[in-house]
Amino acid sequence: MKYMIMMNSPRDGYAQFMSWPKEILEAHFAFMEAFGQKLRESGELVGAEGLASPTQAKAVRAGKDGKPVTDGVFPESKEFLAGYWIVDVESPARAYEIAGEVLDAPHAATIADGKPFEMVIEVREILASHQDL
Amino acid sequence: MRDAANPRIECLLRELAPQALGAVMRQGNDFGASEDAVQEALIAAADQWPCRGIPGKPLGWLIRVAGRRLTDHVRSEMSRRNRETLVGMETPQDMAPAVYDEAESVSDDTLVLLFMCCHPALTSASAIALTLRAVAGLTTGEIARAFLVPESTIGQRISRAKQSIKASGIPFRLPDPEERAQRLNSVLHVLYLVFNEGYTATSGAALHRPDLSNEAIRLMSEVHKLVPNDPEVAGLLALMLLTDARRAARTGPDHELIPLDEQDRTRWNRQSIAEGVALVSAALSKGLAGEYQLQAAIAAVHDEAASAAETDWPQILALYSVLKRMTDNPMVAVSHAIATAMVAGPNAGLELLEPLMADERLQGNHRLDTARAHLLERAGKLVAAETLYRSAALKTTSTPERNYLLLKAAGLRQL
Repeated sequence: MKYMIMMNSPRDGYAQFMSWPKEILEAHFAFMEAFGQKLRESGELVGAEGLASPTQAKAVRAGKDGKPVTDGVFPESKEFLAGYWIVDVESPARAYEIAGEVLDAPHAATIADGKPFEMVIEVREILASHQDL
Repeated sequence: MRDAANPRIECLLRELAPQALGAVMRQGNDFGASEDAVQEALIAAADQWPCRGIPGKPLGWLIRVAGRRLTDHVRSEMSRRNRETLVGMETPQDMAPAVYDEAESVSDDTLVLLFMCCHPALTSASAIALTLRAVAGLTTGEIARAFLVPESTIGQRISRAKQSIKASGIPFRLPDPEERAQRLNSVLHVLYLVFNEGYTATSGAALHRPDLSNEAIRLMSEVHKLVPNDPEVAGLLALMLLTDARRAARTGPDHELIPLDEQDRTRWNRQSIAEGVALVSAALSKGLAGEYQLQAAIAAVHDEAASAAETDWPQILALYSVLKRMTDNPMVAVSHAIATAMVAGPNAGLELLEPLMADERLQGNHRLDTARAHLLERAGKLVAAETLYRSAALKTTSTPERNYLLLKAAGLRQL
């Protein structure tokens, strides 16, 4: 069974990420590299991508005058997708376990207003396509 | 699976792939069908040779198997049509097993195929996919893994490319001499793109990612063998060798990028450097230098410096000045400014970068921000440099590059 494990970041998470101390950044990059490597070796990794900053994001909506492309992150959203892994695992429990490991990634303890840096990992099962049947 | 085949057979198959395809096509079969048949023959070979041994005449084996597959396809197509129309008037033109004529020139086939696959009418994405399959002998799955895209995407690119070739009626032969030079440029451009894709993608999610840089170098060596007197062909091969020579030193244990001036030069491949230097020196001695030769000459100056501090920057600046006059590429202007900074100080470089900030082609690209950040850092303007490193990190689309830029910014904040 396949799952998408999504790493969500707080709204200003990316800006904060960009100002983490060098040691934490280094530890974070090394953790992510090793984490991906471990999933590749266990044969569970289907794919993984990190996403560019949400400041580059565009929205496309149907409107009166066609489908305008507008700037930006959706202003109402409290968090956004920073990256994801797609894994092929034996059980849902294994997917949750992998998701839990992501939380161990080294990160700066607090964000700008002193609140703890809180990451929420979302786990969603992927529907089988006709190719998998 | 081809991926499980042993490396010696794998190597042999890639070498024979374009020769087999050329021979099958010269028997009068169309490109699309021949290419499919040769792919099937390659897969059969990878499947059978490891246990049964390599046949005495491996090329003849591939051509015979591909020929049989073609015949099978024609037959089944015929019987399907016959069933549908109940008219059995048509007969396949020639069902006799093809006799492979050793006398015919097979060495040119690689070049003819490259000219076909790198046709300017194709988009570069299609041309790259088709070249890797038809000329380099990679499977669709291998190409897909190399570019980290789904196999169906590559499959579609290849079939679109074949349709374009069919529609354009390109004959299977070397183009006329006057057309040849221009078409050779497309070939070089496609191989240059394949090399760069392999070189910049320093980490990939998939295991057994075929090495695109090696494939590009291998094909480029073939082209050089076939067109030994073209200085730009030699120039591009030299550029690839001189750039690839630094590969082992270019990334650290966690795939992090290591910039040129911090690389451990003992890990550079001396043999590739010697080969590249010899090629580019010989090419340059032939007179008017082209862009690939100049880029190769610049890479050679870097590679021949015993340490970053000993780099002959005046020589590099002189080469960039010539290159800048030849091309309108804004990236060359950025590199020229950096070379100027290394010779005349960071402020001289920053002055040259200033007008480029208005260049629309550089908007959204991280290189200009990165270059300005480096020069501002050298000029001691650390706050401005830190901001630009972060701005560049937001613009780059490569994870290793982003990580490198974020670490540069973080390093400056902690000074």
